[in-house]
Amino acid sequence: MRVTVRLFARLRDLAGAGELVRDLSTPATVQTVWRSLVADFPPLAEYERTMSVAVNAEYARMNAEVTDGDEIAFLPPVSGG
Amino acid sequence: MNIRRPGLQTWRHEPEPHLKMRPTYKVRPHPTMRHTSGGYTGLMSVPLVAITTAALDLAALVAEVSSGDAGGHGAIATFTGLVRHHNLGRTVLFLEYEAYEPLAVRALERIVAEARDTWPGARLAVHHRIGRLELGEASIIIAAASPHRDDAFAACRYTIERVKQIVPIWKREHFEGGQVWLEGATADPDDNDARQTAYRIACA
Repeated sequence: MRVTVRLFARLRDLAGAGELVRDLSTPATVQTVWRSLVADFPPLAEYERTMSVAVNAEYARMNAEVTDGDEIAFLPPVSGG
Repeated sequence: MNIRRPGLQTWRHEPEPHLKMRPTYKVRPHPTMRHTSGGYTGLMSVPLVAITTAALDLAALVAEVSSGDAGGHGAIATFTGLVRHHNLGRTVLFLEYEAYEPLAVRALERIVAEARDTWPGARLAVHHRIGRLELGEASIIIAAASPHRDDAFAACRYTIERVKQIVPIWKREHFEGGQVWLEGATADPDDNDARQTAYRIACA
Protein backbone atom coordinates (compact mmCIF):
# COMPACT_ATOMS: atom_id res chain seq x y z
CA MET A 1 0.00 0.00 0.00
CA ARG A 2 1.01 3.59 -0.48
CA VAL A 3 0.66 6.43 2.03
CA THR A 4 1.50 10.11 1.90
CA VAL A 5 3.68 11.54 4.65
CA ARG A 6 3.47 15.21 5.63
CA LEU A 7 6.26 16.85 7.62
CA PHE A 8 6.16 20.31 9.13
CA ALA A 9 8.47 23.00 10.45
CA ARG A 10 11.84 21.61 11.56
CA LEU A 11 10.86 18.04 10.65
CA ARG A 12 10.39 19.25 7.09
CA ASP A 13 13.79 20.93 7.14
CA LEU A 14 15.50 17.82 8.52
CA ALA A 15 14.02 15.57 5.84
CA GLY A 16 14.38 18.17 3.11
CA ALA A 17 10.78 17.63 1.98
CA GLY A 18 7.32 18.43 3.29
CA GLU A 19 5.58 15.64 1.45
CA LEU A 20 6.80 12.12 0.78
CA VAL A 21 5.24 8.95 -0.54
CA ARG A 22 6.00 5.66 1.21
CA ASP A 23 5.23 2.12 0.05
CA LEU A 24 4.57 -0.24 2.95
CA SER A 25 3.48 -3.81 3.40
CA THR A 26 0.26 -4.39 5.32
CA PRO A 27 -0.61 -4.33 8.11
CA ALA A 28 1.11 -1.12 9.15
CA THR A 29 0.77 1.47 11.88
CA VAL A 30 1.92 5.05 12.22
CA GLN A 31 4.94 3.60 14.02
CA THR A 32 5.82 1.56 10.91
CA VAL A 33 5.73 4.72 8.80
CA TRP A 34 7.85 6.60 11.34
CA ARG A 35 10.50 3.85 11.47
CA SER A 36 10.81 3.82 7.71
CA LEU A 37 11.24 7.61 7.74
CA VAL A 38 13.88 7.57 10.46
CA ALA A 39 15.77 4.88 8.54
CA ASP A 40 16.06 7.32 5.64
CA PHE A 41 16.46 10.50 7.69
CA PRO A 42 18.14 9.58 11.02
CA PRO A 43 18.09 13.14 12.46
CA LEU A 44 14.29 12.89 12.69
CA ALA A 45 14.72 10.47 15.60
CA GLU A 46 15.26 13.31 18.08
CA TYR A 47 11.53 14.10 17.77
CA GLU A 48 10.26 10.66 18.68
CA ARG A 49 9.33 11.68 22.23
CA THR A 50 8.05 15.18 21.58
CA MET A 51 6.15 15.02 18.31
CA SER A 52 2.45 14.49 17.67
CA VAL A 53 1.00 12.51 14.81
CA ALA A 54 -2.13 12.75 12.70
CA VAL A 55 -3.86 10.39 10.28
CA ASN A 56 -5.97 12.05 7.61
CA ALA A 57 -5.85 15.36 9.47
CA GLU A 58 -7.06 13.93 12.80
CA TYR A 59 -4.78 13.57 15.80
CA ALA A 60 -3.80 9.91 16.26
CA ARG A 61 -1.45 7.67 18.26
CA MET A 62 1.65 5.84 17.10
CA ASN A 63 -0.18 2.50 17.25
CA ALA A 64 -3.00 3.64 14.95
CA GLU A 65 -3.39 1.48 11.88
CA VAL A 66 -2.83 3.05 8.52
CA THR A 67 -4.42 2.00 5.24
CA ASP A 68 -3.77 2.61 1.58
CA GLY A 69 -4.13 6.26 0.59
CA ASP A 70 -3.86 7.63 4.14
CA GLU A 71 -2.11 10.90 4.86
CA ILE A 72 0.20 10.58 7.87
CA ALA A 73 1.48 13.81 9.42
CA PHE A 74 4.34 14.16 11.90
CA LEU A 75 4.13 17.34 13.94
CA PRO A 76 6.90 18.86 16.06
CA PRO A 77 5.87 20.74 19.23
CA VAL A 78 3.59 23.57 18.19
CA SER A 79 4.29 27.29 18.52
CA GLY A 80 1.22 29.12 17.29
CA GLY A 81 -0.17 32.29 18.72
CA MET B 1 -11.25 19.84 4.54
CA ASN B 2 -11.93 23.53 4.64
CA ILE B 3 -15.06 24.93 6.16
CA ARG B 4 -17.79 24.24 3.65
CA ARG B 5 -21.10 25.95 3.52
CA PRO B 6 -23.36 25.86 0.48
CA GLY B 7 -23.48 28.86 -1.82
CA LEU B 8 -20.41 30.58 -0.51
CA GLN B 9 -18.14 33.08 -2.13
CA THR B 10 -14.73 31.58 -2.53
CA TRP B 11 -11.70 33.71 -1.96
CA ARG B 12 -8.34 32.31 -2.89
CA HIS B 13 -5.12 33.59 -1.53
CA GLU B 14 -1.64 32.90 -2.81
CA PRO B 15 0.31 30.77 -0.34
CA GLU B 16 4.03 31.04 0.20
CA PRO B 17 5.33 28.73 -2.53
CA HIS B 18 7.25 26.47 -0.16
CA LEU B 19 4.34 25.97 2.20
CA LYS B 20 2.10 23.05 1.33
CA MET B 21 -1.16 24.59 2.36
CA ARG B 22 -4.61 24.38 0.96
CA PRO B 23 -5.25 27.83 -0.46
CA THR B 24 -9.01 28.11 -0.10
CA TYR B 25 -10.63 30.38 2.41
CA LYS B 26 -14.36 30.86 2.21
CA VAL B 27 -16.09 34.05 3.17
CA ARG B 28 -19.84 34.42 3.37
CA PRO B 29 -21.19 37.82 2.29
CA HIS B 30 -23.20 39.44 5.03
CA PRO B 31 -26.86 39.47 4.01
CA THR B 32 -27.25 43.16 4.76
CA MET B 33 -24.08 44.22 2.98
CA ARG B 34 -23.47 44.53 -0.70
CA HIS B 35 -20.66 42.28 -1.77
CA THR B 36 -17.62 44.18 -2.97
CA SER B 37 -14.51 42.82 -4.54
CA GLY B 38 -11.61 41.91 -2.32
CA GLY B 39 -11.31 39.38 0.42
CA TYR B 40 -10.90 40.07 4.05
CA THR B 41 -12.74 43.30 4.77
CA GLY B 42 -15.14 44.63 7.33
CA LEU B 43 -17.90 44.60 4.74
CA MET B 44 -18.27 40.84 4.90
CA SER B 45 -19.04 38.47 7.68
CA VAL B 46 -16.33 35.92 8.35
CA PRO B 47 -16.08 32.33 9.56
CA LEU B 48 -15.73 31.86 13.31
CA VAL B 49 -12.44 30.04 12.87
CA ALA B 50 -9.93 30.55 10.10
CA ILE B 51 -6.32 30.10 9.05
CA THR B 52 -5.38 32.71 6.48
CA THR B 53 -2.42 34.47 4.88
CA ALA B 54 -4.41 37.71 4.74
CA ALA B 55 -4.00 40.53 7.28
CA LEU B 56 -6.36 39.91 10.21
CA ASP B 57 -9.44 42.07 10.78
CA LEU B 58 -10.48 42.32 14.42
CA ALA B 59 -13.48 44.53 13.63
CA ALA B 60 -14.88 41.81 11.36
CA LEU B 61 -14.37 39.23 14.09
CA VAL B 62 -16.12 41.39 16.70
CA ALA B 63 -18.99 41.98 14.28
CA GLU B 64 -19.29 38.24 13.73
CA VAL B 65 -19.52 37.31 17.43
CA SER B 66 -21.99 40.17 17.94
CA SER B 67 -24.22 39.32 15.00
CA GLY B 68 -27.77 38.18 15.58
CA ASP B 69 -27.83 38.83 19.30
CA ALA B 70 -28.20 42.55 19.81
CA GLY B 71 -28.34 43.20 23.55
CA GLY B 72 -27.87 39.56 24.53
CA HIS B 73 -24.17 39.96 25.10
CA GLY B 74 -23.10 42.38 27.77
CA ALA B 75 -19.41 42.10 26.99
CA ILE B 76 -16.91 41.32 24.27
CA ALA B 77 -13.30 40.59 25.20
CA THR B 78 -10.68 40.47 22.47
CA PHE B 79 -7.08 39.36 22.21
CA THR B 80 -4.56 40.27 19.52
CA GLY B 81 -1.16 38.59 19.37
CA LEU B 82 1.54 40.71 17.70
CA VAL B 83 4.98 40.05 16.26
CA ARG B 84 7.51 41.34 18.79
CA HIS B 85 10.89 42.82 17.87
CA HIS B 86 12.76 41.05 20.66
CA ASN B 87 12.60 37.44 21.81
CA LEU B 88 14.96 35.64 24.23
CA GLY B 89 17.61 38.31 23.73
CA ARG B 90 17.45 38.10 19.94
CA THR B 91 16.57 40.99 17.64
CA VAL B 92 13.71 39.67 15.54
CA LEU B 93 13.50 40.65 11.86
CA PHE B 94 10.25 38.88 10.94
CA LEU B 95 8.34 35.66 11.61
CA GLU B 96 7.23 32.96 9.26
CA TYR B 97 4.18 30.90 10.30
CA GLU B 98 3.27 27.52 8.91
CA ALA B 99 0.19 25.39 9.62
CA TYR B 100 -1.14 21.92 8.94
CA GLU B 101 -4.19 23.71 7.76
CA PRO B 102 -7.05 21.15 7.84
CA LEU B 103 -6.05 19.93 11.30
CA ALA B 104 -5.44 23.48 12.52
CA VAL B 105 -9.00 24.44 11.54
CA ARG B 106 -10.34 21.36 13.34
CA ALA B 107 -8.28 22.14 16.43
CA LEU B 108 -9.61 25.70 16.49
CA GLU B 109 -13.16 24.37 16.13
CA ARG B 110 -12.47 22.01 19.02
CA ILE B 111 -11.26 24.87 21.21
CA VAL B 112 -14.33 26.94 20.38
CA ALA B 113 -16.52 23.97 21.33
CA GLU B 114 -14.62 23.45 24.60
CA ALA B 115 -15.07 27.11 25.50
CA ARG B 116 -18.75 26.95 24.63
CA ASP B 117 -19.16 23.92 26.90
CA THR B 118 -17.33 25.68 29.71
CA TRP B 119 -19.03 29.09 29.35
CA PRO B 120 -22.39 28.22 27.74
CA GLY B 121 -23.40 31.81 26.99
CA ALA B 122 -20.15 32.65 25.19
CA ARG B 123 -19.79 33.10 21.45
CA LEU B 124 -16.23 32.82 20.23
CA ALA B 125 -14.22 33.45 17.09
CA VAL B 126 -10.52 33.01 16.39
CA HIS B 127 -8.43 33.64 13.28
CA HIS B 128 -4.75 32.79 12.93
CA ARG B 129 -2.53 34.23 10.23
CA ILE B 130 0.22 32.25 8.47
CA GLY B 131 3.00 33.12 6.04
CA ARG B 132 5.50 35.92 6.55
CA LEU B 133 4.59 38.45 9.26
CA GLU B 134 6.45 41.68 9.85
CA LEU B 135 7.12 43.28 13.24
CA GLY B 136 3.97 44.66 14.82
CA GLU B 137 1.59 42.67 12.64
CA ALA B 138 -1.14 40.56 14.22
CA SER B 139 -0.63 36.79 14.14
CA ILE B 140 -3.82 35.86 15.98
CA ILE B 141 -7.09 37.55 16.89
CA ILE B 142 -9.74 36.26 19.27
CA ALA B 143 -13.15 37.70 20.12
CA ALA B 144 -15.32 36.33 22.93
CA ALA B 145 -18.83 37.65 23.47
CA SER B 146 -20.79 36.76 26.58
CA PRO B 147 -23.65 38.05 28.70
CA HIS B 148 -21.13 39.00 31.41
CA ARG B 149 -17.55 40.24 31.37
CA ASP B 150 -16.07 37.50 33.57
CA ASP B 151 -17.00 34.81 31.06
CA ALA B 152 -15.89 36.93 28.10
CA PHE B 153 -12.43 37.50 29.59
CA ALA B 154 -12.09 33.87 30.68
CA ALA B 155 -13.20 32.38 27.35
CA CYS B 156 -10.82 34.70 25.48
CA ARG B 157 -7.86 33.79 27.70
CA TYR B 158 -8.71 30.08 27.59
CA THR B 159 -8.70 30.20 23.80
CA ILE B 160 -5.20 31.65 23.42
CA GLU B 161 -3.81 29.21 26.00
CA ARG B 162 -5.35 26.26 24.17
CA VAL B 163 -4.16 27.53 20.78
CA LYS B 164 -0.61 27.41 22.12
CA GLN B 165 -1.20 23.85 23.35
CA ILE B 166 -2.94 22.00 20.54
CA VAL B 167 -3.16 23.89 17.23
CA PRO B 168 -0.64 22.62 14.63
CA ILE B 169 0.95 25.94 13.76
CA TRP B 170 4.66 26.74 13.93
CA LYS B 171 6.65 29.92 13.75
CA ARG B 172 10.15 30.33 12.41
CA GLU B 173 11.90 33.31 13.88
CA HIS B 174 14.23 35.16 11.55
CA PHE B 175 16.55 37.21 13.72
CA GLU B 176 19.79 39.14 13.35
CA GLY B 177 22.31 36.36 12.87
CA GLY B 178 20.09 33.43 11.97
CA GLN B 179 16.76 31.68 12.09
CA VAL B 180 15.14 29.10 14.33
CA TRP B 181 11.91 27.13 14.50
CA LEU B 182 10.26 27.82 17.83
CA GLU B 183 8.82 24.77 19.56
CA GLY B 184 6.42 24.88 22.48
CA ALA B 185 3.97 22.22 23.56
CA THR B 186 3.60 18.66 22.33
CA ALA B 187 0.08 18.83 20.91
CA ASP B 188 -2.29 16.37 22.58
CA PRO B 189 -5.92 17.43 22.62
CA ASP B 190 -6.80 14.55 24.96
CA ASP B 191 -4.36 15.70 27.64
CA ASN B 192 -6.76 16.79 30.38
CA ASP B 193 -3.98 18.22 32.52
CA ALA B 194 -3.13 20.69 29.77
CA ARG B 195 -6.79 21.60 29.41
CA GLN B 196 -7.09 22.13 33.16
CA THR B 197 -4.00 24.33 33.10
CA ALA B 198 -5.58 26.51 30.40
CA TYR B 199 -8.79 26.70 32.44
CA ARG B 200 -6.92 27.70 35.62
CA ILE B 201 -5.04 30.45 33.78
CA ALA B 202 -8.30 31.65 32.22
CA CYS B 203 -10.00 31.94 35.60
CA ALA B 204 -7.06 33.29 37.59
